[in-house]
Amino acid sequence: MAEQAGDISFLQFTNVKKTYDHKNLVVKDFNLDVAQGEFITLLGPSGSGKTTCLMMLAGFEDVTSGEILINGRSVTSIAPYARNIGMVFQQYALFPHMTIRENLAYPLKIRKQPKAQIRAKVDEYLALVELQDFGNRYPGQLSGGQRQRVALARALIFAPDIVLMDEPLGALDKKLREQMQFEIKRLHEQLGFTVIYVTHDQTEALTMSDRIAVFNNGIVQQCAPPHVLYERPANLFVADFIGESNKLKGVIASVADDTVSVRLDDGAQVSTLRANCSEIGLPTTVSVRPEKLTFTDRLGSAGNQVKARFITRHYVGEYIRYHFQTADGTELVVKNLNDSSAPQLSAQDEVALAWLPQDSQALDRQDVPTTL
Amino acid sequence: MSTLTTSEASQAAGARRKKRLNAFIFVVPLLLFILLTFVAPIGSMLWRSVHHPIVAELIPLTLAELQHWDGQQIPDQKTLTLFASELHGLAKRRLSGKLAEEINRSYAGMSSAVKSSARKIGRLKPEQLPSQGAETLLKAHRNWSKPELWYAIQRAGQVYTYDYYLTALDLELHPDQGIQVREDTQIYLQLYGKTLNMALVITLLCALLGYPLAYYLANLPENRANLLLVLVLLPFWTSLLVRTTAWIALLQTNGVINSFLLSAGLIGRPFEMLYTSFATVVAMTHILLPFMILPLYSVMRGIDASYLRAAMSLGAKPIPAFVRIYFPMTLPGLSAGALLVFIISVGYYITPALVGGTDGQMISNIIAFHMQRSSNWELAAALGSLLLALILLLYWLYDRYVGASNIKLG
Repeated sequence: MAEQAGDISFLQFTNVKKTYDHKNLVVKDFNLDVAQGEFITLLGPSGSGKTTCLMMLAGFEDVTSGEILINGRSVTSIAPYARNIGMVFQQYALFPHMTIRENLAYPLKIRKQPKAQIRAKVDEYLALVELQDFGNRYPGQLSGGQRQRVALARALIFAPDIVLMDEPLGALDKKLREQMQFEIKRLHEQLGFTVIYVTHDQTEALTMSDRIAVFNNGIVQQCAPPHVLYERPANLFVADFIGESNKLKGVIASVADDTVSVRLDDGAQVSTLRANCSEIGLPTTVSVRPEKLTFTDRLGSAGNQVKARFITRHYVGEYIRYHFQTADGTELVVKNLNDSSAPQLSAQDEVALAWLPQDSQALDRQDVPTTL
Repeated sequence: MSTLTTSEASQAAGARRKKRLNAFIFVVPLLLFILLTFVAPIGSMLWRSVHHPIVAELIPLTLAELQHWDGQQIPDQKTLTLFASELHGLAKRRLSGKLAEEINRSYAGMSSAVKSSARKIGRLKPEQLPSQGAETLLKAHRNWSKPELWYAIQRAGQVYTYDYYLTALDLELHPDQGIQVREDTQIYLQLYGKTLNMALVITLLCALLGYPLAYYLANLPENRANLLLVLVLLPFWTSLLVRTTAWIALLQTNGVINSFLLSAGLIGRPFEMLYTSFATVVAMTHILLPFMILPLYSVMRGIDASYLRAAMSLGAKPIPAFVRIYFPMTLPGLSAGALLVFIISVGYYITPALVGGTDGQMISNIIAFHMQRSSNWELAAALGSLLLALILLLYWLYDRYVGASNIKLG
């Protein structure tokens, strides 16, 4: 997978491990290189170790073993206040007894900047997040989205080397979240800071990041740009965690350079891309995204085909989810655009589901992590 | 249109009335309880501090006659004769002692003089009174010839009076110069000052001792914090008397602390700790500490760790971050705790009474003294009312400058 986005690694995690109870590792051997200006997302279910990595970088948790380097210098022995890392917290952590202006001025005051300069800087950043008229209010008088913007401005105002965001949009409703995603991206492009972003929301990760590191059980399962992660998941966990995935079990029949032929459990033979599976005769799982499957005959005879029985359909709006079941009981989901020309199916109809070989991958049945 | 019809509106109003009535019925027992045990006693205290009918009941005719008195010389023969005959009547009914006590309060040293005069007049026959009453009275004690005494009697005879408030504030009413500071004894103002001073010291001590502990508890995992919080609450489950008596055992001359220090060779002779204001402060700090810790703890529990982290990520060193960010956020708890401890300690009675001796007395002990020993209930009521006014004033100042809405009790 993608190793490095730039030539010099600006921020580097090498063999970082973390344990809280001296028995179980919460983070097992974390390696990551981040280029300056990159937007990296740490994505994973809760308890997967992603926030711990962020806290270690910020200096709020110590590193059990391994190194964290910024510009080649180890920061593990530097106190949090000396690291020059901005942070946006999930609950914003705006100081409730200070006005918005005072909140923004706080990091500059600590750095003993002259008063006039602080005032100008605060004005500039208030304008940047479009809160010019709210400077003299207290955080309690702002809405969630406004507080979020203040937290963002406060984390940026002292020009930190890196900005960390710990599920910053978790407390907002869907519409506001999308708006703020756009806002963060805009500021990132405008100011060019480096972002380490933690979330468990895969849509958020896909739309915002340059690269995404998918965490599970303290291990990075895959670190890649969004489209690679989606189109070429490295293993079953990633395939499942990012988007939705149909899983067809089978045995490897033959292996070519980058494709394999798999004999499915119900007897059908399909051709698919080769991911992390290797030997002939070993069990494997073929993963196909629901929107790549079709029951219409638009693919002709070009694709793979399996037979399945129609069970039910769920009307979503812009698309419709069709549920099928193969002869051996595997459930398959097909997402089809809400297209009135699609064939009408009734329960127990047997149809052929087709997809292109390059739209599917053969993956190992265990969640084996890729080595970075 | 969505307007209600008249019948619907009246139905809704009826339902609302019924709800209110129900709510009221639930509150009635408590309301009665508070009325009987709280509002009524305070009202009666306030009333008693200004209403004083005893002297007026004892010598009504004399007082009526004194109204025409010019206040310059001894009252005229008629007044003196009237007083003598009333005193005669009181002596027969064995009420002269009561009058003596009342007059003594406004004119010190008159207790025995009134009693002996009453005895002498009591020996006269009723028919002798018009001719010899005034004369006997003047002979019985030389003070009867002093206009000041008659002025004092006149004042003591007022049914509505603010004299007790003057006394409570160490003031007196001089016949010529008006209200002035009392020269002979200055007790109460000094005692109020001392009470406030001690309450302040106790509050400060509670804050200094309670803050770090509350901080420690608030940053422990919930289950362990709850366990330790039980230890904080433990003193609440022990009788107040037991705790205070324990301090007596600890602090007395041959007590635990002195014995330990002596046997360790640290001191040559025992400290006198019991029956001092030191003992009052220590024991009350111990007793009132939970009132400081609990509001502080509940406020600190609510402060997310991310605030301090945010401050540090913005570049603040731990101590400035604490002072500028954490401490202001704990102020609601601190001020609530301080207000509780201060107000409770200003009116505290039992502990200073047991361990304070004369040095560690507070205003409440003097109030109790006037209630129980000198049976000067009116003065006790005036002192109590002033204490109440003082606390209300302090609360008003607090609300003015800090804001009562900032208080967070839990």
